[in-house]
Amino acid sequence: MNTQGKVFMYGDNVDTDVIIPARYLTTADPAELAKHCMEDLDKTYVDRVQKGDVIVAGENFGCGSSREHAPIAIKGSGAGCVIAPSFARIFYRNAINMGLPILECPEAVTGLAEGDEVEVDFDSGVIRNVNTGESWQAEPFPAFISKIIQSGGLVNYIRAKEGSAEA
Amino acid sequence: MGMTMTQKILAAHCGRDSVHAGELIEAKLDLVMANDVTGPPAIRTLEEIGAAPFDRDRIALVPSHFAPNKDIKAAENARFMREFARKHELKYYFEHGEEDFGIEHMILPENGIVFPGDVLIGADSHTCTDGALAAFATGVGSTDLGCAMATGESWFKVPEAMEFHLTGALQAPVSGKDLILYIIAKIGVAGALYRSMEFTGPGVASLQMSDRLTIANMAVEAGGKNAMFPADDVLLEYIKVRNPERFARGDYKIYEADPDADYVERLEIDLATVPLMVAFPSLPSNGKALGTFPETPIDQVVIGSCTNGRIEDMRVAAEYFKDRHVAKGVRCIVIPGSQKVFRQALEEGLVHTFIYAGCVVSPPTCGPCLGGHMGVLANHEVCVSTTNRNFVGRMGHPGAQVYLASPATAACSAVKGFIAGPADLE
Repeated sequence: MNTQGKVFMYGDNVDTDVIIPARYLTTADPAELAKHCMEDLDKTYVDRVQKGDVIVAGENFGCGSSREHAPIAIKGSGAGCVIAPSFARIFYRNAINMGLPILECPEAVTGLAEGDEVEVDFDSGVIRNVNTGESWQAEPFPAFISKIIQSGGLVNYIRAKEGSAEA
Repeated sequence: MGMTMTQKILAAHCGRDSVHAGELIEAKLDLVMANDVTGPPAIRTLEEIGAAPFDRDRIALVPSHFAPNKDIKAAENARFMREFARKHELKYYFEHGEEDFGIEHMILPENGIVFPGDVLIGADSHTCTDGALAAFATGVGSTDLGCAMATGESWFKVPEAMEFHLTGALQAPVSGKDLILYIIAKIGVAGALYRSMEFTGPGVASLQMSDRLTIANMAVEAGGKNAMFPADDVLLEYIKVRNPERFARGDYKIYEADPDADYVERLEIDLATVPLMVAFPSLPSNGKALGTFPETPIDQVVIGSCTNGRIEDMRVAAEYFKDRHVAKGVRCIVIPGSQKVFRQALEEGLVHTFIYAGCVVSPPTCGPCLGGHMGVLANHEVCVSTTNRNFVGRMGHPGAQVYLASPATAACSAVKGFIAGPADLE
């Protein structure tokens, strides 16, 4: 599994209130939430982001509220992955449960810049700048996390597991 | 190596004698909780899995965030959750107006639902509040909560621990809110990332329960997984009054940290040195001592929330409003955090004081704290708030500015029209 796209750079402590403001929390629909993703931090994000693009940010990404609407909005916006030196713990769990790949890699965050074309291989944990060939190694996902993400989230993963057990 | 309180509680809930930091465990849950924002997706998760609630007595649902319903979508969400609670005859469903209603982190302690040694998760980041009750409590997302509603279990990584060793006593009007803002200013919003925040030392005994709940409430604002206060006489008296039946049954367990417990970091805090604190926009870690910055005019004050909506907070605020008036051009919104607090505030004459001082008094709700309703901010407006987050856009327009402070500072600011403390009223 991998993703390839342009880098969107953001700073430290990107909180869930800017990822998806509470005024939109009366829905959990990915397409509806995606329309407002990052709008209090970067109004141009939604218009610019394309399928497979990568959010690269500073430490403690996703801090604040436990709202699962945050990873749903990012995934719904088309972003293929978030890379940061560290994630807030509730966001970390929620992202995996929602099937949004996230990688901790401080070196890649330092080495990448806004607009870089980047390829991320989730199985190996390799993050590569497509233009320069420079690459960084993040801790790859263990098999069960990869399966959750491949299934599209924890619920589908549990249902698939139970389905195969019954079959 | 010895264990912390958090580690002992987690070990007991996965049937083990010991656990160590970094281990992944599956733990039994004493309670799972959700609100009107996170509850509906959690219920849908449960339904998608095709499971029934694991125990009707161990699921709490609280329509606190947008209640009383702020719009049609919020009303539909609240109805969906209410109908689920009725269908499954959940013991802990709360409705506004009822005596036991309030913001979830107010009413779980207040109604004696959480006891020492319990493990609970809530689909709300401020679930860490219940760490003040010597319980393990942490926030999760809706999917984790939906799965936990089905199984009564959840997986955890046993957290590393950070010790906050307290000595001395806070000097009034300095409060628990000032202490936690002081700590977050010191260690930063990721200073306790993934860790448990264990409060120890002789200074703990001097903190009343309302202060402990405020401090534990904001552990997540330092990145903490949970907060943990020891079970002492102050706590035992608190739970005894709130749930005498459970107390009498002895249906709880007190854990103590081992003398050689493994703390990755240790902070010494002399409570007497903590000043009145104000966290500047737009991070809870931007704390400055009151009096160290220029006069800052304000438009609005909010006193309430799961952080500071307790009767002690209402009493402190009313003290400064007595025979005074909210400054011209400032709106002040006071929100008792629960129906019980509201009733008590009425009986003590505090509501009378607020209203005649020119405040608006709202029913219990999370409302303005997350920019929901009952006091959303316009562009460029400046607010002093006793809530927990001052992120960009948190309380309304992304151009609004939120300063976090204690009830004393918030009330004095409302009276003066700029960020002020009790000393400014003299």
